Amino acid sequence: MNGHRMTGLERREARAAYGFLAPALFLFVVFVAIPVVAAVLLSFTRYDIFHRPVWIGFDNYRNLMRDEVFHQSLVNTAFYAACTIIPGMTLSLALALILNAKLRGITFYRAAYYLPVVTSLVAVAMIWMWMLQPTSGLINQGLANFWEPFVRWLGGALNTVSFGLIGDTLMKYQAPQPSWLGTPTGIISVGRYPLSLTLQAIVMVALWAGLGWNMVIFLAGLQGIPTHLYESAMLDGAGPWQRFLNITWPLLKPTTFFIFVTAVIGASQVFGTVYVMTNGGPNNTTTTIVHQIFQNAFAFLKMGYASAMAFVLFLIVFAVSMFNWIFLRGESDYGL
Amino acid sequence: MKKLKTALFYVILTLGALTMIIPFLWMVLTSLKPQNEIFTSTLSLKTILPSVWRWRNYADAMAAAPFGRYFLNTAIIAVGGTALTLTISSMAAYAFARLRFPGRNALFITILATMMVPAQVTMIPSFIILRHMPLFGGNDILGNGGHGWLNNYLGLLVPGAAGAFGIFMLRQFFQGLPRDLEDAARIDGATESTIFWRIILPLSKPALAALGTFGFTSRWNDFMGPLLIMSDDSMKTLQIGLQVFQSQYTTQWDLLMAGTVLVTIPVIAVFLMGQRYFVSGIALTGVKG
Repeated sequence: MNGHRMTGLERREARAAYGFLAPALFLFVVFVAIPVVAAVLLSFTRYDIFHRPVWIGFDNYRNLMRDEVFHQSLVNTAFYAACTIIPGMTLSLALALILNAKLRGITFYRAAYYLPVVTSLVAVAMIWMWMLQPTSGLINQGLANFWEPFVRWLGGALNTVSFGLIGDTLMKYQAPQPSWLGTPTGIISVGRYPLSLTLQAIVMVALWAGLGWNMVIFLAGLQGIPTHLYESAMLDGAGPWQRFLNITWPLLKPTTFFIFVTAVIGASQVFGTVYVMTNGGPNNTTTTIVHQIFQNAFAFLKMGYASAMAFVLFLIVFAVSMFNWIFLRGESDYGL
Repeated sequence: MKKLKTALFYVILTLGALTMIIPFLWMVLTSLKPQNEIFTSTLSLKTILPSVWRWRNYADAMAAAPFGRYFLNTAIIAVGGTALTLTISSMAAYAFARLRFPGRNALFITILATMMVPAQVTMIPSFIILRHMPLFGGNDILGNGGHGWLNNYLGLLVPGAAGAFGIFMLRQFFQGLPRDLEDAARIDGATESTIFWRIILPLSKPALAALGTFGFTSRWNDFMGPLLIMSDDSMKTLQIGLQVFQSQYTTQWDLLMAGTVLVTIPVIAVFLMGQRYFVSGIALTGVKG
């Protein structure tokens, strides 16, 4: 429509279009565009919601560089993302491949794996807090009950092949009864920042809760691959692994890309499970970026400081999205 | 060999499914146990099942907080919010799919780009905007003096009502609809709004049902929104209300699990009824291989 004057008909169509768009555009301006600009501006101020914001330049960002709790939250979020994305996607792809093998009862299994996805994250958190309760939770009760027979069996087996030392030593170990959600230490750490057992437990819960979602999307992708491709490959004598590498994997690329992008964005924003299960503790070892934003903004009323954190989060998400877009998109077509 | 493989597949699938279902079973069993039976440290067939099935836990859980009110609030927000989102998003999607106007592509890409902005970036300013909504909640015309849309249904209903994802998905769907009917209607002189309401929307039931099921569950399960906006006890939702069973020192696990069952049942029911829309909805997002 550049350059030429619109006809009456075109003008009427354009007017109708703006009418249809008006409510959505209004909401985007008020609740997205203005807030984004405001968030950037706020990040250069000190603001406690009751007094006027005070311009303090880059002070918030300078403080962020020294804020150890924020650094811990970055480490935790990165660990959470790494552990939920790669193993999570691998597991759910494996499950989807199995489910796609034309087995009976697919509806039942799909529903079972999807159950945690429709359950609210608060409910998931509550259920797992109870499962992981140190003395009466099902996990530790299970450990207590199966540990002794298992250790005795394993020790006995080892004793028959060695001189009895290993087996006897093993049998002396009591069943571990860890305080899953109250342990601030872990075997591994990143610099000064521990990856606590509690954080690991939260990651496990997240894996459990997110498996079904990724699996269902993978399944939709797999079902879109034409079966005649597999048939002709089999005629050519391609084995299952070759069929996976040369047909499934390349054709599934758009799906994998989609899941990866949404998983990165989802993991970078983890909040609810952490807030309900540990509120960031013990010793801030489970706090996440968004948990820090929430705490600073609404518990400490440091809205400016929290906005600076939010802006850092935005930069991270933006950088990762751009990276995905440029390097991983490949041939995929999203109509974009 | 083939049989062995199938058997192995079933074993893996069943073990996985058990891992998914057991926590839910454990929740239901705990919710029906007398309080002295939930704190046992040994697991046996006798202690897994309650000695008496204590249905009263559910009544007690309901009585611990105004759960009827929480239920009503959650239902209003989930149903109302979904209806509002579907209306506003489908209107916008129709304009992008069918109408020509200056700036169409630039506007569409801008809206898509907002998907990259984490909700937490806009959270703080949005909170301030809601608090200063003029003429609401005791505010004057400049938005000062009261609490605005905080503790008001509108504070949760309106801000999320236009979603980039919904607009994108519906636009894709509308573009796939045949044009013959609307062209015929246009020749007969029908206005765009007649075409939209009478032709496009009735044809789009599967897409609307899919988006609606997603929207309903995500609003029913929303935690952060109500946590920020609904501080008043009479405005809380079920997800927030569950926390009454936790105090700093003790947790009433039997009642908490009963409450969690009650909060979870509606979404599971909606999911089981709309399962095929869920699945087709995922296909509609354009991730088909």
